[in-house]
Amino acid sequence: MTTPAVHLKSISKGRVRWLEPLIHSGLGFCTLISIITTATIVFVLAKESFGFFQEITPSEFFFGTSWVPMFKPSSFGVLPLLWGTLIVTFGAALISIPIGLASAIYLSEYASAGKRAVIKPLLELLAGIPTVVYGYFALTFITPALKVVFPDLQVFNALSGAVVVGIMVLPMIATLSDNALKAVPDSLRQGAYALGATSYEVTSQVVVPAGLSGVMASFILAISRAIGETMAVTLAAGATPNLSFTFLESIQTMTAYIVQVSMGDTPAGGVAYQTMFAVAGLLFVITLTLNIISQWILERYREVYQ
Amino acid sequence: MPLSIELSKPKQRESLNKRHFKAKIFARFCACVTWMGTALLLILLYQIFSDGLSWLDWDFLNNFPSRFPERAGIKSALAGTIWLISLVAFFAIPVGVATAIYIEEFSKKNLLSRIIELNISNLAGVPSIVYGIIGLTIFVRGLSLERSLISGALTMSLLILPVIIIASREAIKTVPISIRSAAFALGATRWQTVWSHVLPASFPGILTGVILALSRAIGETAPLLMIGALTYVAFVPEGPMDSFTALPIQIFNWVSRPQEEFHQLAAAAIIVLLTVLLAMNSVAIFVRHKMEKKLQ
Repeated sequence: MTTPAVHLKSISKGRVRWLEPLIHSGLGFCTLISIITTATIVFVLAKESFGFFQEITPSEFFFGTSWVPMFKPSSFGVLPLLWGTLIVTFGAALISIPIGLASAIYLSEYASAGKRAVIKPLLELLAGIPTVVYGYFALTFITPALKVVFPDLQVFNALSGAVVVGIMVLPMIATLSDNALKAVPDSLRQGAYALGATSYEVTSQVVVPAGLSGVMASFILAISRAIGETMAVTLAAGATPNLSFTFLESIQTMTAYIVQVSMGDTPAGGVAYQTMFAVAGLLFVITLTLNIISQWILERYREVYQ
Repeated sequence: MPLSIELSKPKQRESLNKRHFKAKIFARFCACVTWMGTALLLILLYQIFSDGLSWLDWDFLNNFPSRFPERAGIKSALAGTIWLISLVAFFAIPVGVATAIYIEEFSKKNLLSRIIELNISNLAGVPSIVYGIIGLTIFVRGLSLERSLISGALTMSLLILPVIIIASREAIKTVPISIRSAAFALGATRWQTVWSHVLPASFPGILTGVILALSRAIGETAPLLMIGALTYVAFVPEGPMDSFTALPIQIFNWVSRPQEEFHQLAAAAIIVLLTVLLAMNSVAIFVRHKMEKKLQ
């Protein structure tokens, strides 16, 4: 027969008094871990990159056009890697942005509740598939399919990498943009329809402009994700630093280079080992900048509707 | 005739039929493109199953990797993945949920809390390979944990921590303030309120987020490659200090070989990986469904 009064008595005031601040600081410490993580990332990348830049001048790194870090005579121009990342990302954006936006428009403006209930979970499933699986898909399906169209396609090529990364980030653009368009209040649509606009005019001149901050933020997040994507491009696009404008040949992205170093037997401490940190530092700065821009767009241009 | 001036703008001169036609084409286009996107999922699944299903049998699950495709299996990879996920859950869930509780229930809203929030959302956007480099430098080399399960698990925990924190915060935010007020009014302390009211009420949401985060950890490959998970492991790890391999690593290894047979083995391993992921996601969807029912 425990009554509430007995229950309350059993928690002595003293115990509560010392337990409460203890828990408070315990939780605070857990929160600190994420701050420490960021500090560690910045510190490690900065320290090793600093070591790297004592051997190699920044101008050679940022403006050099040849990347041969492993063999003599070595050369440390990061442009070929940056270029590889750029054309994969550009191709991926070219595929995923129009298709993703059109899907978002279909989901939020046209699809019935039943179709929405089918498509949304399917998109979430696509978003949850591990990137190494997309790499397998690129090698066994996308590249052979593209070879039918472009007969001189190499086994590893930028085009296949771009297509597979485009497919990968597509669900992200579609779901995030759909959320942004859904948040546009119906009264705006009804107002436009009342003025005699067609559904295309309502969508293109009212709904998309009203939800533009969320849509743009989703584009930028997707681009940032495409830049940092590793496994699919390593498997599909190959490991040949290449500074020519070609989609049909093998290239190497920044992420693929980092994987290559880590899988080889590069001894810790040498310049070749430090290149990994310099490239990762550059990657970190680029993705961080894009993420901050996307957050800034979301906050700065958010339309608040009553 | 003031109206004709308005109508003479090029946009409005289009005939009504033409405008409706345009609207119709646009709607069809959007629908087509969306269904094409979802069809990709079917193509992907078809490709995997047609390639890998015939290789999937008990021997495949119970054999160690081998350079002979017909004898190769995923026993060590599967064991490694199970070990890894258990350790990641052990590290990441308590820390992640505790951080979410601290931010939502304890910390004051000031500049520091704003910085913490910004920091977490930026951590969520850091490429996974960067976490791999940090794991290699700090855990493998710095703390001399070597290329062990514990190095992999700690690296992966850092990677999914922001995901857990963000999902848990969303779940805690949905608990109505009246529930807290009721607890405070009865004289409960802040922690008693959180422990006995806020956490139970937000539990389904937190669980969903945790499962989604763990399924991300199961599929991540790049950080494990970085910290040097081995691709050839012919034993089942027995403790957190053992070296290991994991399913995505094994898949990567097989996909990167030129022979057709190994691609098919990779497809078979992908079926196993996707089955595990699907099972975990079904639990998440089931829990969310139950929660939505309860809220109604």
